[in-house]
Amino acid sequence: MTYARRTWIVLWKDLLSERRSKETLNALFFFALLLLFLFQFALGADRERLTAALPGLLWLGFILSGLVGLGRAFLAERENDCWEGLLLVPGDKSAIYLGKVAGNLILMLLVEAILLVLFAVFFDIDLGAHPIRLIVVIGLGTLGFAAVGTLFAAMTAHVRAREVLFPVLLLPVQVPVLLGAVKATEAVLLGEPLGAVGHWLGLLAAADTIYLTVGVLTFDAILEA
Amino acid sequence: MTSRERALGWLAGLGLTAGLVMAFGVAPREATQGNVQRIMYLHVPAILVAYLAFGVVLVASVIYLWGRAAGADRLAHASAEVGVVFTGINIATGAIWGKPTWGTWWTWDARLTSVSIMFVIYLGYLLLRAMIEDRERAARFAAVLGIVAALDIPLVHFSVYWWRTLHQPPTLLRPGSPPMDPTFVLALMVNLVAFVLLYGYFTAKRVRLLRQEEEVFA
Repeated sequence: MTYARRTWIVLWKDLLSERRSKETLNALFFFALLLLFLFQFALGADRERLTAALPGLLWLGFILSGLVGLGRAFLAERENDCWEGLLLVPGDKSAIYLGKVAGNLILMLLVEAILLVLFAVFFDIDLGAHPIRLIVVIGLGTLGFAAVGTLFAAMTAHVRAREVLFPVLLLPVQVPVLLGAVKATEAVLLGEPLGAVGHWLGLLAAADTIYLTVGVLTFDAILEA
Repeated sequence: MTSRERALGWLAGLGLTAGLVMAFGVAPREATQGNVQRIMYLHVPAILVAYLAFGVVLVASVIYLWGRAAGADRLAHASAEVGVVFTGINIATGAIWGKPTWGTWWTWDARLTSVSIMFVIYLGYLLLRAMIEDRERAARFAAVLGIVAALDIPLVHFSVYWWRTLHQPPTLLRPGSPPMDPTFVLALMVNLVAFVLLYGYFTAKRVRLLRQEEEVFA
């Protein structure tokens, strides 16, 4: 079985079980909706204030729903005693990591798409002026988040206080990704070209590369019984 | 206590005494800030040694994942603890220094922010270690986190730096000769050496303590 095939099987398994149960996605959809209410309550109806804070709010929504979703990434394996099953997969274990990252990335992107639509509808904000630019920024930011999130989720899956530990570990490490993503999103929403935020995109790409590389190289050590 | 440890302890004590003499006796009063500036001799060495400590965590973590030597894990653990303490000293002294010179205890300036993020990341590292009971598993997970954390520091630094900054640019770690009076530099260097010795002493002691803990609970 090739490396790519093993990665694909892990991804396919996660997507299939999510498609059949819709457990995480349904919960995240309502969570995202509730976040929107909270943002509205916190900032009031002042349109200008809302617009100024929009990139930050958007990423706050992505991050919070991502935390909830990623925290569950290895729950199925843990609760159903499938951890040993993962261990039995032949060859390089990093294929499992990449498959999990891909699954989490897809899940997060779905939730983010929903959040974007909700923002556009409820706050009457035009997000569609430069869709490609927005997708590039959101994709780069989310990849970094999913790469570290998957690694830390696997780490904290065995810890009793994982609901607390997971965000406490993940959030500070994600500060560069969050800063870069918010700043780049802000510029894109203002209609600036991607070249104007080249340094932020470079930072996001560097972060993604570093996180993915470390994840691939160290996942073996995390998966061991 | 081993004799080597004791020697290191005495050296560190001697260095700190020399550092105090240099900071309060030899180094002249700074022209604009006055005596407040003398806190620099504690503030700057503390953060430089913290960076050293986290660098040691990175190297020890890689070595641990490579060969699973328990000694490397203990070194990473001890070094991270000492590094967090020194980062805390740096943040606290920075606040004390900031009040009279900038007029505020805290500001979200680039370097203050990046150092405090580093502080929180390594607090999380220690938290992870404390929360996993299985020693061998804690070592493996902490090693992975130690690597992610260290590689994250430059990213944090750059991302936060692009916000603009109030802080004076680094005086020592930049090319060319430092624009400081040589006496200031000498006083700073003496304190830096003393802090490195202190780091070595604390870490060695903590490593030994961790080994003894393991022997007791094994």
